[in-house]
Amino acid sequence: MNMTTPDAATLGADEEAVRKAISSTARPPKASPLSAALSFGWRGMLKVKHVPEQLLDVTITPVMFVLMFTYLFGGAIAGSTGEYLRYILPGILVMSVLFTTVYSGVALNTDLTKGVVDRFRSLPIWRPAPLVGSLIGDSVRYLIAGTVIIVLGLALGYRSDGGVGGVLAALGLVVVFAFGLSWVFTTIGLVMRSPNAVMNAGFMGIFPVTFLSNAFVDPETLPAGLEAFVNANPISILVDAARGLMEGNPSVGDIGIVLATAAILTLVFAPLTTRLYQRA
Amino acid sequence: MTSQSPLAIEATGLVKVFGETRAVDGVDLAVRSGSVYGVLGPNGAGKTTAIRMLATLLRPDAGSARVLGHDIVEEADAVRSAVTLTGQLASVDEDLTGRENLILVGRLLGLKRARAKNRSTELLEAFGLAEAATKLVKNYSGGMRRRLDIAASIVVTPRLMFLDEPTTGLDPRSRNQVWDIIRMLVAGETTILLCTQYLEEADQLADGIAVIDHGKVIAEGTPGQLKASVGAGALHVRLLDPHQRPEAERLLTRDLGSAFLEPDPAALSVQCADADRGAEAIAGLTRAGVKIADFSLGQPSLDEVFLALTGHPAETEPSLETDAIEEEQPA
Ligand SMILES: Nc1ncnc2c1ncn2[C@@H]1O[C@H](COP(=O)(O)OP(=O)(O)OP(=O)(O)O)[C@@H](O)[C@H]1O
Ligand SMILES: [Mg+2]
Repeated sequence: MNMTTPDAATLGADEEAVRKAISSTARPPKASPLSAALSFGWRGMLKVKHVPEQLLDVTITPVMFVLMFTYLFGGAIAGSTGEYLRYILPGILVMSVLFTTVYSGVALNTDLTKGVVDRFRSLPIWRPAPLVGSLIGDSVRYLIAGTVIIVLGLALGYRSDGGVGGVLAALGLVVVFAFGLSWVFTTIGLVMRSPNAVMNAGFMGIFPVTFLSNAFVDPETLPAGLEAFVNANPISILVDAARGLMEGNPSVGDIGIVLATAAILTLVFAPLTTRLYQRA
Repeated sequence: MTSQSPLAIEATGLVKVFGETRAVDGVDLAVRSGSVYGVLGPNGAGKTTAIRMLATLLRPDAGSARVLGHDIVEEADAVRSAVTLTGQLASVDEDLTGRENLILVGRLLGLKRARAKNRSTELLEAFGLAEAATKLVKNYSGGMRRRLDIAASIVVTPRLMFLDEPTTGLDPRSRNQVWDIIRMLVAGETTILLCTQYLEEADQLADGIAVIDHGKVIAEGTPGQLKASVGAGALHVRLLDPHQRPEAERLLTRDLGSAFLEPDPAALSVQCADADRGAEAIAGLTRAGVKIADFSLGQPSLDEVFLALTGHPAETEPSLETDAIEEEQPA
């Protein structure tokens, strides 16, 4: 009978090493929720490090938006490009960062087709850790997208009355809101069947909601019905809050509403995403 | 029934239904602590679904199971704290390096940063992956990926390991390496549940085997018992000319007993426990002018096991998962 005899090329040589590596390694106390989430954030950063090209979509797209809106529409809408830049830069900041959140859902959907998710789900870790961690990692991408916009705006002549502090606060606020919103897209990412479907559904939602806001045009110029919608749109409130911070006259009310909206989105969609992830 | 139980896995009446498919249809399992238990079955038999329920990744639709004394639904977290899963699709992150994968798992299990790093070095060296440590896993060969996968499963020694088809798609050398690792793991205290499509693999590694088909256990026993019920071995013959198969079938049936036609139109096999009689039968074929491409005397194939157990060959269905793995041949 041809019994298999491990040939010399197998592990024979380092058998001692294998034995030692296998010999029991005691189980440490469980990782804390924070440490588990941060480990997943680290994983996200490593992916960027290995494939830096994936940052192109968070840098090129915003640059395109700034240039297009300022020079293409600036003259027509506001009479001058300088004036318009001042009006829309906060709007473009919001739009670019929010568009980036769709990719969080796409990335999660792609992840699910890989075997590694089974390992994550079979580890004794805080259940939401993989999701919270990836979104922490993604927040760095949001931050990059936002920074690109602001740097480019400054280069094109944008000057803010809110100063550095105001601009950074606006950037921070937008990223916090994006973190909340991205839970909606991770939920979509777990429900849809393919990364492409997530992308389509995501943009079908985020596109109109962003454009039907005060990001690019003054709502007073709109028909009454639309104006009412635009004014109630949470994105308008976010844009107002960001504008206020950048212009140096922050509205505590707007900022409060934005933070509350982000909190509500997280409280509703984070548990939903976690449940779907565990079952997927 | 309690955590004192000598049984590492105790499942009764497990059921999982996907739409119309009863993927697992009332499976009972009893796996002794410290043993290797093989679950043998063709594509689509329900092996992966069963393992995923036991590893708490799927909720059973009916039935219950205790893993190391913990209920898989009520005490899922306790189960996860003691088991690891090496999935059918390698459970490693392709977009990270081998070292990063092991450090990540170590950190997630609660190892301190420095310890996680040391442990990754130790495992990479032991499993012959030191040189590939800083390469992205997507550039690994199938065998390297499997070894990394197993390494990731023992960063902290588990009390029970689920291994889902650990050698499917590997070449014989890589397969032997994986088998060696599994044998050494068993020599420790770890209990292993091994899913496989190969009787030979189960025979090499397992103390007990359950054969499953269409979500049901159709036979159970030690490898010895199973082989005895199937016939200890088989003579496999592949002909140069498929047209000569009827002639070969007639001769082999005359010399050794009823021959079995394999899916390959030029191949057939026949039960044969005795090497001398096998050699004579081969000589008989040659004398009769039947041209032989190759022959071997070996373990019965899964098909033969099924034929003996059920009277019909295994109805394998194309499985996307398996196809995916077979395509990842060593780069
Ligand atoms: N998530 C799912 N949704 C629908 N059907 C599924 C799902 N998972 C498995 N099935 C079906 O359940 C049956 C058992 O599948 P399973 O993957 O458990 O088989 P297996 O024994 O692991 O097969 P293989 O050897 O191909 O890996 C198959 O018919 C499969 O198509
Ligand atoms: Mg399977």
